[in-house]
Amino acid sequence: MSEPLVEARRLTKKFGDFVAVDAIDFEIRKGESFGFLGPNGAGKTSTMKMITTVSPITDGYLRVFGIDPTENGRPIRQRIGVVPQEDNLDLELTVAENLYIYGRYHDMSRSEIEPKIEELLEFAQLTERRDSKVEPLSGGMKRRLIIARALINEPDLIILDEPTTGLDPQARHLLWDRLYRLKREGATLIITTHYMDEAEQLCDRLVVMDNGRIVAEGSPRQLISEHAPREVVELRFQDGQKDEAVHKLDGVANRSEVLADRVLLYTDDADETQRQMHTRGIEPEQVLVRRSTLEDVFLRLTGRRLVD
Amino acid sequence: MTLSRSLRYAESEVIAYRRTWRGTVITSFVNPILFLAAMGAGLGALVDDGSGELAIPYLAFVASGLMAATAMQNGAGDGSFPVMAGILWRKNFHGTITTPLGPEDIVWGRLLWGLARLTFVLAVFAVIAVLFGALDLVPALLAVPPSVLTGVAFTSCITAWTLTQEDGRSLSTLFRFLIVPLFLFSGTFFPISQLPGLLQQVAYATPLFHGVEAVRKIALPGVGESIVTSIPLAVHIGYLVVMAAVGVFLSIRLLDKRIRP
Ligand SMILES: Nc1ncnc2c1ncn2[C@@H]1O[C@H](COP(=O)(O)OP(=O)(O)OP(=O)(O)O)[C@@H](O)[C@H]1O
Ligand SMILES: [Mg+2]
Repeated sequence: MSEPLVEARRLTKKFGDFVAVDAIDFEIRKGESFGFLGPNGAGKTSTMKMITTVSPITDGYLRVFGIDPTENGRPIRQRIGVVPQEDNLDLELTVAENLYIYGRYHDMSRSEIEPKIEELLEFAQLTERRDSKVEPLSGGMKRRLIIARALINEPDLIILDEPTTGLDPQARHLLWDRLYRLKREGATLIITTHYMDEAEQLCDRLVVMDNGRIVAEGSPRQLISEHAPREVVELRFQDGQKDEAVHKLDGVANRSEVLADRVLLYTDDADETQRQMHTRGIEPEQVLVRRSTLEDVFLRLTGRRLVD
Repeated sequence: MTLSRSLRYAESEVIAYRRTWRGTVITSFVNPILFLAAMGAGLGALVDDGSGELAIPYLAFVASGLMAATAMQNGAGDGSFPVMAGILWRKNFHGTITTPLGPEDIVWGRLLWGLARLTFVLAVFAVIAVLFGALDLVPALLAVPPSVLTGVAFTSCITAWTLTQEDGRSLSTLFRFLIVPLFLFSGTFFPISQLPGLLQQVAYATPLFHGVEAVRKIALPGVGESIVTSIPLAVHIGYLVVMAAVGVFLSIRLLDKRIRP
């Protein structure tokens, strides 16, 4: 097994008395896509900021490329690419200038940067907008430009904090495609997200965070098989009939979850569950059978949904 | 190393400036010229006809004072809104520190860029003052460095102050309650010996007074005590250097605290 690129032990971040990251442990290896999944305020961004050395750690142990970020942040930042949660493109500069100046910050010469800019504009599908100001770009274009900017120094580790939040499905899929390409080329990625499908698509391994703690860890498949049975039967009832039905559902599935608008039945055999419901005379308005997802894992672990 | 990183940060400011310089022409060049014309030539005609307490033409007196005051205004401007913009509006500081650059490189880089711009603005001012017949060419150009130092001292201290402010609302208050009074009462337009006793003591303590005095002692060689005090030039320069250094030191610490929580 290769050396970990990032190693955290009892990593802690406090703001005053408030504990944003609560003694978490994780290891990220070379070539891996590692996800941090969790609801608002879970501590994902705080963790990313410690890894990228822009927020000092409060306590614990953290090494990035084997370097201590507290002692020596600069050589770490030299080798990483950062896509922050909040867009921070330089609004005074054009698309190409935004890339150029980050190349300069990384001490690249003009002749090194120029071809790189063209390559990255191509990659981000922004070649036509190269001399446009940043402000009028769409949300998806801005996100792609930020990703391109993060790649200017050919980083060994790319940290993406919610790369696709706020984008429409088409824009998300284009971004996912770009991230796949990076992954195939052997990049190590750290991705935070609220989206289950994103984590399932992009991450080899992930941790689920809640309230500053890691509540589960593994590959998406592992987590699903460990924490949620194979299939989910989603039931919707007519007004007022839900409570009555819930009583009768006892035992038809491995486990059930009653939400405001739906009832979720977790089961290894959806057909059998439906047969039993029928026998008991339960007639929901709507029945949907699907495979269980990370969302179900999260619900199981925290009793809450990820995206409100 | 640090110098090279600061210069690379300054490069981003230069690129941005290529697009925004038009907005700075009025405050940097046009206003000083208008003041020179109105106060120096216009008011000066009146003053010089009167009791004639000044040993030199009023135009020369005002031109030298305005040189330091212009530096202060440009320097203060550079330390306020653009700094808040880097944190809150343009937000470029936050991205910059995810690269090998750190807060100290931003502070030094902005200072170097400010220094270059101040030098240009004040050199132009000096030449205009010469064309107005207010100053002689060589002393006017020699007075550029102390005026630049005045500007830098203001930039660095006001940068530090700006970094303690929540948002942009308080920034215009600074100009109203600090920069404008300094502009009016630090010896730019009349010798501070005209002020009542207590205010005189206050004026001696202000940075613009030291800037104005330093400029006059160089731009108006050989003028007597009706124009300048007997305080040695080194004291003025020392005051401004210390002020600039304290400002830089505080700015780096405050910026670090602000953008690396
Ligand atoms: N600079 C700060 N000062 C005080 N509290 C902070 C600061 N930054 C973050 N926090 C708090 O720390 C907690 C974790 O925040 P963080 O941004 O890490 O969460 P997150 O998982 O990224 O959430 P989101 O999904 O909304 O981005 C939150 O309660 C937040 O309010
Ligand atoms: Mg976040």
